[in-house]
Amino acid sequence: MENLYPPIVDGKSVYDLNSQKYLKMWHGPQHPGVTGNMSLELDICGDQVIKCNTHVGYLHRGFEKLMERRRYINCFPIVCRICVPEPDTNEYLFAAAMEDLMGIEIPERAKWLRTLNLELSRLASFLMWIGGQSGAFGMGTVAQWTMAHRDFVLDLFEEWTGARIYHMYTIPGGVRGDLPEGWDKRAEKTIAAVHKLLDEINYVMLNNAIFKQRAVGLGVITPEMVDAYGVVGPNARCCGLQRDIRKDQPYLIYDQLDFIIETETAGDAYSRTVVRWKEMYQSIALIRQILAKMPRSGALHATLPNVLHLKIPKGQTYLRAESTRGEYGYFMVSDGSAFPRKVTVRGPSYTHAMALLEDLAVGVNIADLPGLMVSLHTYPPEIER
Amino acid sequence: MKKLYDILSLQFELADFESKRSDLAFCKVKASQAISLLTHLRDIHGYTHLVMLTCVDWLEDKQFQLTYLLHNYATKTDLGILVFIDRDHPVMDSLHHLWKQGRVYQRELHEMFGIDFPGSPGVEEPMILEGWQGPPPMRRDFDTKAYSDETYSHRPRVQNEPEQHMKEQLYSED
Amino acid sequence: MNDINDTIIPEPVPEYPDWRKDAKTLTNAGLSEEEQDWFCDARPQPAKKSWQVMENFLNWARSNSLWILAFGTGCGAIELRPLITARYDISRLGMQPRPTPRQASVFMIGGYVSIKTLKRIVRSYEQMQGPKFVVAVCSCAINGGMYWDSYNTVKRIDEYIPVDVYVTGCMPRPEAVLAGFSKLKELIKGGKAEGQNLYAEKFDWYKENQKRVIKDWNMPDYNW
Repeated sequence: MENLYPPIVDGKSVYDLNSQKYLKMWHGPQHPGVTGNMSLELDICGDQVIKCNTHVGYLHRGFEKLMERRRYINCFPIVCRICVPEPDTNEYLFAAAMEDLMGIEIPERAKWLRTLNLELSRLASFLMWIGGQSGAFGMGTVAQWTMAHRDFVLDLFEEWTGARIYHMYTIPGGVRGDLPEGWDKRAEKTIAAVHKLLDEINYVMLNNAIFKQRAVGLGVITPEMVDAYGVVGPNARCCGLQRDIRKDQPYLIYDQLDFIIETETAGDAYSRTVVRWKEMYQSIALIRQILAKMPRSGALHATLPNVLHLKIPKGQTYLRAESTRGEYGYFMVSDGSAFPRKVTVRGPSYTHAMALLEDLAVGVNIADLPGLMVSLHTYPPEIER
Repeated sequence: MKKLYDILSLQFELADFESKRSDLAFCKVKASQAISLLTHLRDIHGYTHLVMLTCVDWLEDKQFQLTYLLHNYATKTDLGILVFIDRDHPVMDSLHHLWKQGRVYQRELHEMFGIDFPGSPGVEEPMILEGWQGPPPMRRDFDTKAYSDETYSHRPRVQNEPEQHMKEQLYSED
Repeated sequence: MNDINDTIIPEPVPEYPDWRKDAKTLTNAGLSEEEQDWFCDARPQPAKKSWQVMENFLNWARSNSLWILAFGTGCGAIELRPLITARYDISRLGMQPRPTPRQASVFMIGGYVSIKTLKRIVRSYEQMQGPKFVVAVCSCAINGGMYWDSYNTVKRIDEYIPVDVYVTGCMPRPEAVLAGFSKLKELIKGGKAEGQNLYAEKFDWYKENQKRVIKDWNMPDYNW
């Protein structure tokens, strides 16, 4: 069988597609195994991938162009739509970039509420992801559990902000409203349920023999690859690097909270799963800390001039935050008018799904490819925006 | 950051140092020196993480502003390298040999702004816009609304006279 | 080798059935000459109705076994996952996601449709077996929504494929999507969900619209 696999010359496999030993296969966009609306162009030999090309652009809406046509305040409804499972990071970063350029200090209480918003959305996004990860390896049960629990978290959001998916809770200068009465108790109930669910996931998924057999050693990221490919977030932490923007460059009130950076050393799909699973415990602990320590009175937002005629001084800035997938960044350029000159969104999936996945997929079985894609936690809308 | 700028300006022609925060600064460099400055920063000064590469279209000055944003994990600082290139003949050196994701950024910039990066693998291939025939859409002089009105048909807005409409709704049998 | 080939008697060309004689054949002009042989050149035909009693029974059966094509075309797809899992549990309505268009009967357009996706949507829709229905979820599919001035998204999906039920909202709640599917079931039971036949009748109009926005048309005109 060995002579079927193509010879490798200068690190690249050389083969002739017309020799009938190799096959070109499209994986997506209409395929249940891809994460979102993207596609992979695979060259396969037997059931092994020998070349992978990522094709994106199915979800391109031209956000950066649309933002040039909208006033700053009008951008808020569209920035949250860049990333569907975790819109709050976008809202926070856009508002924070505006505040950074204008030199506005937001009230203390708004900082706590923003942090709570970010952490809760991280938890919801992780819950969605872990369902996808188990589903990609054929375990539908865990997906049923986590999606239901994510829905309970979304119920909390709905009560708090009025919306399930796109909250638009963060506004320039602060936040839109206070927590409803009795929300803490209901949040604690939901979070306790998620905590219990995570313990069960440990038994059902992380110690499952089939899951271990397939995920251990799949798509190994070595520490040398991290900087060369621009790998961030849990994908970088799974190979032993202590990198977390919440610790490195603390924003909002993360420096007043007590948490640790979860790391693993193996760098494969299994350790990425474990890192994210541990981070969900951290998120739960953080939400509990925030609810316990949060100031219950004070201003919710700073006074701003009329936002419809808001003009931001000339300048440029870059703000970053830690989303579930890693570093999320907004680069905002203002030319002194009422419209942003340029807003560039740096989504973490950009490097993970394009450069990294193309190299990691080589040598992987087709059946394991969905598991590899989900374990990188890529999300296409933030690649092409 | 100012210290680093002073060290670097001995070797490179830098200008317009702007310290935004204690951990973020921008400076300008000539296009011909940009790639060697990036290599220098990556190998000597520990700016190993290419955060992003983006472009701002300054239509009034007939310039593209390329922004290379680098991050140093040891000192936890960001340095933005601004490179201004001619808008009419946008050509820039490629950095695909320094960072693997560089070619993806360059492919996007080639498609969205029409900037050419000779030598970057696959830079000519369409990445996001399939079958696009207009000008590069992210350029400032491309009017997305005019294009949209011309290409797609919008659903006409139906406006009813409230009184008449409610009469028809409620008493349509009369 | 040549000797063997020379002795083969060419098979007689089979006669087409009657309905294909009337149908104008498609040109498949977007394909190369070699590729034109691979695809059929017949047009879609409206489904023929049988007796009303039989039709009522068929519609009842169709409405109770709607299988959704699992193609997340936009952000609306994120509400499909709560729908198919424990809390909203769409399988109690006899619905479930299917991975391939050949087995699916409902196409759920989730949100905005960019040009590159529209190409895949048209192709997936034409590959679905009849009877097939389209549910357009989210306001972007109805009138462009947030992206009314975007250069890369279509504003009205009903100009390109026929839509049976719209669900408004951005995002529509899962309950709203469920209500949309219930409405679709009512329409099917009443024999009013005629999107597939509409597509066959106004085929030229739909094709013209599709080709106007998809600038690089390199696929068969009707792919089934």
